[in-house]
Amino acid sequence: MLLKITYMGENTTDLGYLLHKNPNRTQSFELSFGKAYVFYPEATAERTTAALLLDINPIDLARGKLGSRDGGLFDYVNDRPYVSSSFMSTAISKVFSTALSGKCDNKPELAEQKLDLEAEVVMLPCLGNKDLIGRIFTPLGYEVEFSESALDEKFREWGESRYVTLKLKGKVRLCDLLNHLYVLIPVFDNRKHYWVSDDEVEKLIGHGEGWLNAHPEKELIAARYLNRNRSLVNSALAQLIEKGNGIAEEADSAETGEVTPPAEKDAPKIRLNDLRLQAVADAVIAGGAKAVIDIGCGEGRLIARLINHKQIARITGVDVSIRTLERAKSYLHYERLSEKTKEKLQFLQGSLTYKDKRFAGYDAACVVEVVEHLDQPRLPAFERVLFELAAPPLVVMTTPNAEYNVNYERLQPESLRHSDHRFEWTREQFQEWANGVCKRFGYAAEFSDIGERDEQYGAPTQMCVFKRT
Amino acid sequence: MKIEIPEFCLVALVGASSSGKSTFAKKHFKPTEVLSSDYFRGLVSDDENSQESTADAFDALYAIADLRLKNMKLTVVDATNIQSIARKKVIACAKARDCHAAAIVFNMPESVLKARNKERPDRGLADRVIARHIMELRQSLRSLKKEGFRFIYILSSPEEAERVEIVRTKLWNDKKEMQGPFDIIGDVHGCYDELCALLESIGYAKNGEGYTHSAGRKAVFLGDLCDRGPKNAEVLDLVMAMTESKDALCVLGNHDAKLHKYLSGKDVKLSHGLSMTADAINARPPEFKKKVADFTDNLISHYVFDGGRLVVAHAGIKGEYQGRGSTRVRDFCIYGETTGESDDYGLPVRLNWAAEYRGRATVVYGHTPNAEPQILNNTYNIDTGCVFGGRLSAFRYPERQIVSVPAKKTYYESAKPLVPKADAGAEKDDMLSYEDVSGKLIINTDLTPAITINEENSAAALDIMSRFAADPHWLVYLPPTMSPCETAAKEKYLEYPEEAFAYYRDNKISKVVCEKKHMGSRAVIVLAKNAKAAKNRFGVNDGKQGIVYTRTGRHFFDDEEFEGKIIKKFAKVLTESGFWEEFKTDWAAFDTELMPWSVKAQGLLEKQYAPVGCAGKRGLAAAIQALTPAASRVNQATEVSAVTSGKNVDLREVLAAYKEKTAALDNYIEAYREYCWPVKSLKDIKIAPFHLLATEGAAHTDKDHIWHMETIKKYCVRDALFIVTDYITVDVNDTQSVQAGIDWWLALTGNGGEGMVVKPFTYIAKVGGRLLQPAVKCRGREYLRIIYGPEYTLPQHLERLKKRALGRKRSLALREFSLGVESLKRFTDNEPLYRIHQCVFGVLALESEPVDPRL
Repeated sequence: MLLKITYMGENTTDLGYLLHKNPNRTQSFELSFGKAYVFYPEATAERTTAALLLDINPIDLARGKLGSRDGGLFDYVNDRPYVSSSFMSTAISKVFSTALSGKCDNKPELAEQKLDLEAEVVMLPCLGNKDLIGRIFTPLGYEVEFSESALDEKFREWGESRYVTLKLKGKVRLCDLLNHLYVLIPVFDNRKHYWVSDDEVEKLIGHGEGWLNAHPEKELIAARYLNRNRSLVNSALAQLIEKGNGIAEEADSAETGEVTPPAEKDAPKIRLNDLRLQAVADAVIAGGAKAVIDIGCGEGRLIARLINHKQIARITGVDVSIRTLERAKSYLHYERLSEKTKEKLQFLQGSLTYKDKRFAGYDAACVVEVVEHLDQPRLPAFERVLFELAAPPLVVMTTPNAEYNVNYERLQPESLRHSDHRFEWTREQFQEWANGVCKRFGYAAEFSDIGERDEQYGAPTQMCVFKRT
Repeated sequence: MKIEIPEFCLVALVGASSSGKSTFAKKHFKPTEVLSSDYFRGLVSDDENSQESTADAFDALYAIADLRLKNMKLTVVDATNIQSIARKKVIACAKARDCHAAAIVFNMPESVLKARNKERPDRGLADRVIARHIMELRQSLRSLKKEGFRFIYILSSPEEAERVEIVRTKLWNDKKEMQGPFDIIGDVHGCYDELCALLESIGYAKNGEGYTHSAGRKAVFLGDLCDRGPKNAEVLDLVMAMTESKDALCVLGNHDAKLHKYLSGKDVKLSHGLSMTADAINARPPEFKKKVADFTDNLISHYVFDGGRLVVAHAGIKGEYQGRGSTRVRDFCIYGETTGESDDYGLPVRLNWAAEYRGRATVVYGHTPNAEPQILNNTYNIDTGCVFGGRLSAFRYPERQIVSVPAKKTYYESAKPLVPKADAGAEKDDMLSYEDVSGKLIINTDLTPAITINEENSAAALDIMSRFAADPHWLVYLPPTMSPCETAAKEKYLEYPEEAFAYYRDNKISKVVCEKKHMGSRAVIVLAKNAKAAKNRFGVNDGKQGIVYTRTGRHFFDDEEFEGKIIKKFAKVLTESGFWEEFKTDWAAFDTELMPWSVKAQGLLEKQYAPVGCAGKRGLAAAIQALTPAASRVNQATEVSAVTSGKNVDLREVLAAYKEKTAALDNYIEAYREYCWPVKSLKDIKIAPFHLLATEGAAHTDKDHIWHMETIKKYCVRDALFIVTDYITVDVNDTQSVQAGIDWWLALTGNGGEGMVVKPFTYIAKVGGRLLQPAVKCRGREYLRIIYGPEYTLPQHLERLKKRALGRKRSLALREFSLGVESLKRFTDNEPLYRIHQCVFGVLALESEPVDPRL
């Protein structure tokens, strides 16, 4: 929305030369998303402030889908016109392009000089923890100050907003300040108004020249600047430093974003998921199953583990979401599989609460981290679909162990590991349910732990192998 | 020669090349009925004589034949069919669809064939080929019957073929012309006294040995007349007399089939009570035995009545078997289908065909005794185990009532106890199937025929329904989307009442009802008098008395306890107001608006609405703060330098524009705040019901809106939980009345109200057979900031927003409304769950169609 840059010292109206904008003249610029105005709220010898004010047309945003990734209702009711986001970076690069490059024909020595500058970024959306602001700007030599705002002062219980008005004070060259702002404003907002493509890497490297390489948070900056596009991030980091591999993932998992990352990320997450899938695959193989159905297959990681096993003759992935099935196909490189493998593999859209003839005839069914996504009153329907109607000889099921949650520091007491979990069972609850299933449908259950065991609270994941009796 | 074949059968024409089959087929059958192998050779290869493509041609031919038989269409296979291997395919094709096969054989003299062959230069078969054909044909003649052809006709000369008349006869089970009324009576098993009592109780009078009904009702016996009970011969007397006098029909039961075997002198074990019947018959003169043997011989396995709407069979019948005839169908009808396993009592475990039944015909059957009639998916098992001390029941059609008389005593001990009454009906196996909701769905509703749900929409709905929706037993209705009125002609407004009134005026509706639109969240509330009533009526097993759900079928409250409190309170209010008695119901469904908005929309508020207000307020204040000194200092345009890209601008104008924005934003914040208040307890919840959707036996879509408003006022709005919905009526043809409506709306929206909904006086309104919008909304100028953004009222924005198209939204609203009304009707008509769910699912699926969500 608004960026103010103040030059303090002597003959500060020279800021007009540096910015190539006459303090006595108000100008407007046509940008693709609206207008930008440049004017000077104050212009005295000791202190001169230039303001860059954006006038973003909300209807254009909504109609052209600029600045929105949510779509739908949110387009018209949009914070974009009022905040400092990637639109501001675009405006800086268009309106102050010469200053950004550090050139000044009239005062070349002033452009090279470190000046007492102050920048005020109005309504900077800051995703996640606000201590990030200090972590980002202090290493660059700024004094950092910001003010927060309540979402709505009439409803204090709604909490603080994510917007801050940020003040940076420091002795820097104007072009450095502008480059910092150009790169870092979108890093806090983490929501670019345009599609992030390859040339973003170049922009990042270009505008980050001379400071980004030495920045302690460069991974996070790169990851967010590039919208966490792995390959772009890695390519940028490789250009910044030599050993860039693997850092992107860390940067990603360090995120505390809008989408709260699963609490399991506290734990060695990748290992837990691997352990889980391996335990399930082992149980399937040990059970002698040849035809397997993976109900709630997600992106197909279990299928990937099983499909090349010589014992497996047929494997079917079921998910309720067509989009998830598409993701699974791409994860498994379905199109590139051999004809023989393709013949083994099948994907079905199906539901756990509608009876389905297509689920019958398998030796084993896997239900990995799925049951906790069902509302509890729907469990009886799910039980019938799986244990009465599909009724495979072997069912392998995993679900989180709620007791273990105390080991996740980020998790509030009583809360669940994932926003879509409807419940999480303690070991006793899971066993009680599973034993009930056995009684009702003629199965025998065997329980085991997956993941690192805690003496008191058990392992993070619990598994049950049901065998039809 | 007269050739009689069933109107549904597979006819094989059998004869050598050039024996006149195709000509014959053309003369006697519709072109679509005849599948000619030559034609299919042409289809697959462009050459009707291509012998190489014979295999492909027959694959295609039988694929089509199979589909025709599936659709119960008579089909003629026009091929030589002179080899038994070829005819095997005919028989297999017929059998797969439980259809009779008929053969019409063209046994022409060799001279005729040779002469004809010469006239066909394209064929030009060698004489020896024809000779071989003839030899093969003659060999075939003897084996046709054994191969499985039920009807065989042989034509031995061209003259004979010429004189043929084909008569299509109805199948024996086809009684579609009989519309009833019927009284269908369950397994009698020799319970003569109870049978007489039952017949008398429903108005039959003794007539010789039989009974007759003065109003011409017909009795239909479901078989198993004898065995186990005390008066087997008397029951036979009665039923035979009634069928003879056309007062009754009877289908064959397994006991009747066995009795027939016994009477025909076959070796039959006299078990399961057959000895009692045998003794009774043997005590009578031998003519009686002969009569019973003939009677049981002539019983058929099932009847299709009333244009196909009613089917009766002893042990039930699947949809795909109805109206067909084969050994498989017959066996199913009299024995049912078993898994081959036995239960704890040593009785065969029966496959529950009724749970899978999706046919449109009502099926009434018996065979398996239960303490209570079993009603599932439009099937009725009315064997209530009279001989075991239960009751003898009759299903009255078309009334769909079941009447019973108790057994005088237990005549025979059942191997398995009849399920006690209290528990009966609890385990309704009406679970929904993937097939009910997958793929392209076509739903017929009374208001809109053939509503199509595309595959991608049903797939999306399956996703949403599975992951979020409540137990489908509760979901009797989903509310339709509602279109706004046409865009306002009036300056400064996007929506204005005049257009809403004009819509109905243009559609020849004069009286409309304007209801205040509450700004909360849509909530459908379904509740019963108590948890037991809920279980009985809805078939739910969650022990709950009711539910509050959203317009997508999701539980409104995550907190079950809180939901329970609301339901309990609601039920109490209805009890106190005498609602249950007044409506002779123990459940009700209401369409309501639940406030505050923030209770459901908290996420939206915190993620979208409040942040925009927060950022806007502070961002604009900072802008004005910066602009103000600059605007007072720099107030004249300076000369433009040629090298700069910017345009000169008068900062005072910019300042004024930002002040306008600020005012708009302040209004926006006020608009959303109006609909928010913290909810700490039940006291903070307000419910505004606006439709009483349905009660037992009645979907109240036939009542006008004033009735709905006043009924709700009378029975609900007696407690602080409820708020009344203000409304007025407007005559859209009366200028004064219209002005009053506009003023009412202005006052309403001026006070922060969302707006109003304009409805035609009747719930369902049509003009010239065309369904009209059941309601159009007209939203307030301030409220719309929440939809179109804080600044939408600025002239440059409003002008663009005024160009909006309503067509899709309106079409969607009509389809969803039709589905909603239909689902209520189906539910109140006691239709099976899958039929109700189809409509509910349809609404959800339609909601996944892309439509501007701001409308």
